Amino acid sequence: MAESISRSLRDGCLEGEHAPALTIEDSLASPLGSHVFDHFLANLASQIADGTSQARGLVLVALNRSPSFYIDLLRRKGVDASLVDKWVRILDCYSDPLGWKDRIPPLTNVQKPSTRENVSFFRDVRDINKLLSSVLDLGKGFVGQGKTRFAVAVDLVSNLLRHTSLPSVAGLLNNLRSNDQISCIFWLIHSDLHEPRVSTALAYVSTVVASVQPIMQLTDEHRSRRDFLWLEKNSCKAKFCVRLKRRNGRVKLLAEELHMDQVGVKFAAVTSENSFVNKSLLPKVQFNLQLSDQERVDRAKVVLPYEHQGNGEAIQIYDGRRSLSDDQKDPHLVQPSTLSAMTDAQANSGNGEIHYIRDSDDEQPDSDEDPDDDLDF
Amino acid sequence: MNPSPPPPPPRDPDLLEEALGLGRGGSPPWRLAFVEDCVETSGAFVLHHFLKRALSTEGDGTVVFLGLAQPFSHYDRVLRKMGCNLSVQRNKNKLHFIDLLNLEFLDEKGENDREIGFMDLYNRILRSIEAIRSKDNNGGWTTIIIDDLSHLEIAAHGSVKHVLDFLQYCRSLTSEMDCFLVILNHEDIHSSDEALQMLSHLDYISDILIKAETLSTGIAADVHGQMTVVIKDAPGGLIKKLHSFQFKVKENGVEFFYPGSRF
Repeated sequence: MAESISRSLRDGCLEGEHAPALTIEDSLASPLGSHVFDHFLANLASQIADGTSQARGLVLVALNRSPSFYIDLLRRKGVDASLVDKWVRILDCYSDPLGWKDRIPPLTNVQKPSTRENVSFFRDVRDINKLLSSVLDLGKGFVGQGKTRFAVAVDLVSNLLRHTSLPSVAGLLNNLRSNDQISCIFWLIHSDLHEPRVSTALAYVSTVVASVQPIMQLTDEHRSRRDFLWLEKNSCKAKFCVRLKRRNGRVKLLAEELHMDQVGVKFAAVTSENSFVNKSLLPKVQFNLQLSDQERVDRAKVVLPYEHQGNGEAIQIYDGRRSLSDDQKDPHLVQPSTLSAMTDAQANSGNGEIHYIRDSDDEQPDSDEDPDDDLDF
Repeated sequence: MNPSPPPPPPRDPDLLEEALGLGRGGSPPWRLAFVEDCVETSGAFVLHHFLKRALSTEGDGTVVFLGLAQPFSHYDRVLRKMGCNLSVQRNKNKLHFIDLLNLEFLDEKGENDREIGFMDLYNRILRSIEAIRSKDNNGGWTTIIIDDLSHLEIAAHGSVKHVLDFLQYCRSLTSEMDCFLVILNHEDIHSSDEALQMLSHLDYISDILIKAETLSTGIAADVHGQMTVVIKDAPGGLIKKLHSFQFKVKENGVEFFYPGSRF
């Protein structure tokens, strides 16, 4: 399914249709959204460099990470550096999003990082109209006019929403989608930074919504975002849930699994082994709180010294609450009437004995019956 | 003439330094660390620890310290007991202390004053880095320590947006100016929905979280709290490693140890 999304971005849009738009959303419970974004970005950049995509260039709006991060990322993913310089333009909304650096004196004796030709500073992220025209100008700058198209990626819409309203951001994305020169567009949003209506609004602008969700659902106990042990165990894999909107209006829901390895994010079909059922709810501590199977077997075999009658008779277990019928008789159980007959006989013999009858393991420790009720003061 | 005594051998890194990947000197392998504490357990000692380490003779680090919670004399007194003279370090241009007690951005004219206030604060940090990065110190790395984030929120009249904008600019320094950020934040003051979103924002931009909290078993004389260090593979990314140990704050430093290892 990730492959089909990559193909959709590669193939771009049909004449007369809006460009395909992908929303990638995640949360702190499963913070793999950035990796998924990087995956699709590297794939598309590679296809643009190979000339196999409809888009002939890519404009990346970098709000959350520096342009140098993305240039290093594409180099690590094997995209030729010269082709990155030629076909990728980065609109740097990370370094100076509000124009502060223009309003303070420049540094003198400090070596500033070198600027690259394919990186353009953008200094007013609050002006959505200016952002839109900057993206379009950058794209037209290297694909020219005419019918050549380019792709757009926005690395974090959540940052944009901090500076401007939801209608403005939705309008920006919609304007980009409907532009004749846009082949495809995709963006990342952290759903837990916003109200649910934000995700819903962006879903209406999208043709595909890909949600990264935790494999193990949060229980009430884990719902605190500070359950680091739970996050550590579950953060390297996730559910990749995709909602596809077909042109005919049909909405398809699909799911895959994704996990992180040394290279990056990998997608796999959902298997029965990786069930989504919560397993143990026991807290993760440095010692075992449960018995292993072998330990349970061994415990069952232990004969407690004070219940070993020494006369070859079966161990007696008291379970007075069960009403026994003949076919339910447990050979280990002694009926109360038989028990009293035994004690009477032994009492008449004049020798004192202690008979220990172990309670049944079936009896719950927190039963309603109050053991103190047996006391007769 | 007696030869000068040999320098003391470098001490072994403690558990916190090991967890943070801080060897004997050298810059940190991460860029932005948040220190979280609560009313019952103050995390200020972690800032003192970072301050001493950054200014130690073993490395060539420098510090820009934004003092919003305490005056310079407080930190000077504390660090002297730990064997570090902040006044000397300040005179040697290794420490720039920006005194921000009672920081307030006047809001009489409207919202722009908060932005201008934070912009001026960012400018002061840049000037400090400029002063530190003289020809003598140009090759070193700079740690920006903020004590603490809640005072920035107070100065911003509770505006989460302005604080996050300021942090965005501080973050840009980590990539442009080879700086490292250590910020103290009080986790338990955030109860409203907007404030909880603030904590989520911080989680997304940090690559290290150091959490100081009380023992789950209650107060103890010899153990002052437990520390959890969360190492992520990237800002807001996967948890790569989790470290957990306990600590005891002493007059001249902090002792870190694993549970049950002191007795």
